[in-house]
Amino acid sequence: MGAYILRRILYAVPILAGINIITFLLFFTVNSPDDMARAQLGGKRVTPQMIAAWKAEHGYDKPLFYNEKEKGVRHLTETLFFDESVKLFRFDFGKSDAGRDIAHEIRERMWPSLAIAVPTFLIALASNIVLALIAVLFRQTRVEKAMMIATVAMMSVSALFYIIFAQVIFAKMWHWVPISGYAEGAQGFKFVVLPVLVGVVSGMGAGIRWYRSIFLEQINQEYVRTARAKGLSERTVLFRHVLQNGMLPILTGVVVVIPTLFMGSLILESFFGIPGLGSYTIDAIRAQDFGIVKAMVFLGSVLYIVGLIATDISYAIFDPRVRL
Amino acid sequence: MRRLKRWWIGYLVAISSLYAVIWNTPYPSSETASKTLFVPFSSPPKHLDPVIAYSSNEWMVLGQIYEPPLQYNYLKRPYTLEPLTLSKMPEVIYLDKALRPTEENTSIAYTRYRFALRSDIRYAPHAAFVKDKRGMPRIRIDAETAQSLRSAYDISPKASRTVTAYDYVYAIKRMALRVNHSPILDMMMQYIVGLADFSKRYSPIAVREKRAGEWFDLRPLHISGVKVLDDRHFDIVIKGRYPQFLYWMAMYFFAPVPWEAEAFYAQPALRDADIDLDTAPVGSGAYYLSEFRPERRMVLTKNPLFHKETFPVLSDEEYRRYKNADVLKRAGGRTLPFIERVVFSMEKENIPLWNKFLQGYYDASGVGSEAFDQAIRISAQGEMGLSDEMRAKKIKMLTAIQPSIFYMAFNMEDPVVGGYDEKHRLLRRAIAIAQDTEEYISIFMNGRGVVAHGPVPPGIAGHGEGKAACDTYVYRWEEGKCIRRTISEAKALLAKAGYPNGIDPATGKPLKLYYDVTATGPDDRALLEWRRKQFAKLGIELVVRATDYNRFQEKIRLGKAQIFSWGWNADYPDAENFLFLLYGPNAVTATRGAGMNSANYANPRFDALFDRIKTMPDSPERRRLVAQMVEIARKDAPWVWGVYPKSISLLHAWYENVVANAMANNTLKYKNIAPQRRIAYQERYNRPATAPMIASAGAIALFVWGTVALYRRRENRVIKKEC
Repeated sequence: MGAYILRRILYAVPILAGINIITFLLFFTVNSPDDMARAQLGGKRVTPQMIAAWKAEHGYDKPLFYNEKEKGVRHLTETLFFDESVKLFRFDFGKSDAGRDIAHEIRERMWPSLAIAVPTFLIALASNIVLALIAVLFRQTRVEKAMMIATVAMMSVSALFYIIFAQVIFAKMWHWVPISGYAEGAQGFKFVVLPVLVGVVSGMGAGIRWYRSIFLEQINQEYVRTARAKGLSERTVLFRHVLQNGMLPILTGVVVVIPTLFMGSLILESFFGIPGLGSYTIDAIRAQDFGIVKAMVFLGSVLYIVGLIATDISYAIFDPRVRL
Repeated sequence: MRRLKRWWIGYLVAISSLYAVIWNTPYPSSETASKTLFVPFSSPPKHLDPVIAYSSNEWMVLGQIYEPPLQYNYLKRPYTLEPLTLSKMPEVIYLDKALRPTEENTSIAYTRYRFALRSDIRYAPHAAFVKDKRGMPRIRIDAETAQSLRSAYDISPKASRTVTAYDYVYAIKRMALRVNHSPILDMMMQYIVGLADFSKRYSPIAVREKRAGEWFDLRPLHISGVKVLDDRHFDIVIKGRYPQFLYWMAMYFFAPVPWEAEAFYAQPALRDADIDLDTAPVGSGAYYLSEFRPERRMVLTKNPLFHKETFPVLSDEEYRRYKNADVLKRAGGRTLPFIERVVFSMEKENIPLWNKFLQGYYDASGVGSEAFDQAIRISAQGEMGLSDEMRAKKIKMLTAIQPSIFYMAFNMEDPVVGGYDEKHRLLRRAIAIAQDTEEYISIFMNGRGVVAHGPVPPGIAGHGEGKAACDTYVYRWEEGKCIRRTISEAKALLAKAGYPNGIDPATGKPLKLYYDVTATGPDDRALLEWRRKQFAKLGIELVVRATDYNRFQEKIRLGKAQIFSWGWNADYPDAENFLFLLYGPNAVTATRGAGMNSANYANPRFDALFDRIKTMPDSPERRRLVAQMVEIARKDAPWVWGVYPKSISLLHAWYENVVANAMANNTLKYKNIAPQRRIAYQERYNRPATAPMIASAGAIALFVWGTVALYRRRENRVIKKEC
C-alpha cells in the first residue's frame, strides 16, 4: 500500500503543476499586474509611479513565464511563475497582495468552516442513510411514493430558499436562534444550529434518492434472499446486511469530500455570517488578490487529490477483494 | 399531592423563565447591557495604516483611533474645520522666494503653516511605549504568543506618552517613502517643499530595509519643508498658495505616528502574525482597537487616556436645523466619549442585517432595496417618511445629501460626441435633455437622490441657489421652478447639430453611440434598457459595451470610451475638489491615467478660472468665479450632471446625539446609547415562540411513531398471511 500511496503522490506533482499553469493563465488573462496594483492601491489618485513601486515590491514586475532579459536557465527561473510555484510546492503560501499572511488567514477561517461542515456532513450522512433505508423498507408502498415526491420537491428548491425560509421562520418569526453571526466554543452552538439544519435539509432530497438507489441495487442480491430465508427480520436484513454491502459505493462519494470540508460553503457562510473559508477565494478573485487565489486553488487541488487517495485506501480497508 | 404541587410550580417557573430569556441574541448579555454600540460592516478594511488608508470603511475605524491636527465640527454647517489636537488653528504665513514673510499676492512663493499642539494629548496605553534603558521598546514577543494575540493591546505591560510634534513629522516622512504606498504622495510632492527629494533619496533604502525585515528609523532624517520647532510646535512649508491644504490636515494621512510603534512591530514574531501598523493602529483618539479579526469582528474600546473634549454647543439659531435639537442641547458641553465600546460585526448579506436591526441587535442601519418598501413611505407630495411599522417601533430616520456626484460623461476627445464647436455642444445638450434623471432616481434609487445641475453638490460653497442652481441649458426656469426642457426641444437641438430625428447623414441610419459600462449582471439589464430608451427618444441608437472593471478603466485611461458613467466622493467640502474633475491638465489621456478628469474636458477659460480659485480661500469673489466655471461647463456639457446621492439611515430610539455629517469620520465619540431602553426593546420583540417548538417535537415524534407502527403492521400482516 505504501508504494501505491507514494506512486499516487508522485502522480500528483504534474497534476498540481498543470493546475498552477492554468490558474496563472486564467488569472493573468483577466487581470494585468497594473490592474492588480490599482485594485490594491484604491481608485483615487493612483499614479504610474505608485503602480511601478507596488509591482516591484510584490514581484509583479517580472515576466510571467519567460524572461527575455536573462540568460540560460534564468530565462525560466527569473519569472513570476517560477517564484510563486516553488513557494507553493513548499506549502509556503506567503503574503496576500494586501499584505496579510495567507497561512494565518486559513488557520483562522478553517475552524468556523469546519464547525458548520463537519456536523452537517455527519448528520446529513446518518439521516440520509436512515431515511433511504426507510424508503427501501417501505418500497412499493404509499410511504415510499410520498417520500420520493418529497425528495424531488426538495431537490427542486434552491439552497437560497432554504436559507431565507429558515432565517425567516426560526430566527425572525420564532426567535429561536440568532439570524446570523458566529462565536467560538459553547457560545457558538446557537449560531451553528440553523446553518447545519439548512445544510442537512437542503441536501436531503438528492442524498436520500442516491442512497435509496444504492440500497435498491443490493436488495435484489442473492445474499439478501438468503438472509430472509434464514428468517431474519426485514429491519435486520436492511440495517445489517444491505447497509454493510452498500457502504462501498457510498464510500466513493463520501470519503472524497471529507478533506474538502474545510473549504466551506460560500452561500451558507455568507448568509449566516460565518467567517469561514467559503468566501475567501471569491472575495480574493473580486479583489484581484492573486496571492490568495493561487494558494486556495492549489490547496483545494491538494485536498481533492488527498480525498481520492483516501477513497482508494478506504476501498482496500472495507473490501477485502481490493488490493492496492 | 404535595409532590405534584411542587412539580407544577417548578414547571411554571421553567416555562416563565423560558419566556423571559432571549434566545436569539448574538451577543453576551453583559455587552447588551453596557454602553456598547453594535455596528455591521460588509467589507473588511484592507488597511489601517493611516498613511495608506483612503476608503470609507477604513476611515470608519481609523477615525476613532487617530487624531490629525484638525477635525470638522460635528454640528456646524456648512462644514467647518476646528482644531483637534491643536491649541488653535494653524498660523498661515505667506513667504516670498527668499522665504521672507509677504502679504503681496504677486510675490507669494511659499506658504508656511505653523502648528501648535495641545499638551494633554496622550496615546492609548500600548506595549510599544514600555522602554528599556536605551529608550527602545523593551517587550519582546515570541512566535507562539504572537500567533495567539487578538490584538496588540493584549500585550502587557503597557505604557503611554504625550503626542509630540515629532510624531506628526514622522508620519509625513513615512508618507514620503514609496514602500508605504501612500495614495496622496505624488499629489503632496507638488506642494510640500522637500518631500519629493526626501522620497527620491530614501525610498530605495526603505525598500532594502523592508526586504531585510529591519525597521527603518526615520527620526534622524529631515524633509526641508517640514520642521519641528519644539515638542509642541512644527512647521510645514508648501509651494505657492493652496488654502485647501488645511482640509488635508483633517485627514488621517497627517495623523501622528509614534516611532515606537514601528520599532516595536518590526519584531519578526509580530510581523509573521500580521501584527503591524496596518492591523494594529496606535493612536490618541477616543478609542483603541482592542480586537481585530476583520473576517468576523472588530472591537473598539474607550481610550482611558483620552484628552478633555466636550460635545459642541451651537447658537439657538444653529440648533434650528436639527430635529433632535433638544437632545443635542442636553449633550452640549458634556465630556466625550459617551460610548464605552463599539462592536463591528461582519454582515455580508442585507437580509440578515436588516432583520437584526429590526430585532434591536444593530443600533442603526441603512435601507437596502429589499427593505425599502417595509421601511419607507412616500407621500403624495413625493416626500419620504417612515412606514407605520417603523414608527410603531420608534425608529428614527436621518437623511442627508452626500457630497458626491454620479454623472454620465462624454469623452471630449471623441470625434462624434466630443469637441467644443456648437454642433457637438448641441448634440450633448440634446442627449442631456433626453435623460430623464428624475425618473432614474425614482425607479432605480427609490428616490434617494437629487437631480444634479452642475458638478458642485448642495452644501458646498459655490453650489448656488435659486436660478443659479438650475442648468438652464437642460431645464427651463419658470415661475421660480426648474422644469426639464421637452423632447421636442431636444430634437430641435439635435437637428441643429446635424442629426435630424437622430439620423446620421453620413449613413442615412440612426446615429449610433456607444455606452461603456461595467454593469453586466441580470439586475443591471433594466437599467441599461432604460438608458437605451432615453437615447431612443431622440432616434439615437445606443450600443451598450459591457465589460469588466479592469477593461473599463483601461478604456477610460486611454480615452477609448465614448459615453460612460462615473462618480466622485469629495475629499473635502470645497468646490475645487469637484471642479478639478473638469480641469484640462487633469485629463486622463494627458496624464497617462493619473488625472481624474475622465471626460478629458479642456476649456482654456475654465482652466484659467480654476487656476485662480484653487489658490483662493472661500469668499464672495471666489463663489462668483465658481459660478462662472459651472456656467461654462453647463454650456459645454461634458457631463450629463446626473445625481447627488442621498443617504438614508435608520436609528433606534436609544441611539442618541446622531446627526448626518458626511465629512467627519471621528463621529462615534459624540454618539450615545441608552442600554436599558435597548434591552426593553429586545425583550419585547424577541420573545421566543415555544408553541411551534412543542408542535415540531410532536411532529417528529408522530413521524417516528407512525413509521414504527407502519413497520410493525406490515411485519404482522406478512406473518398473518403466511399463517
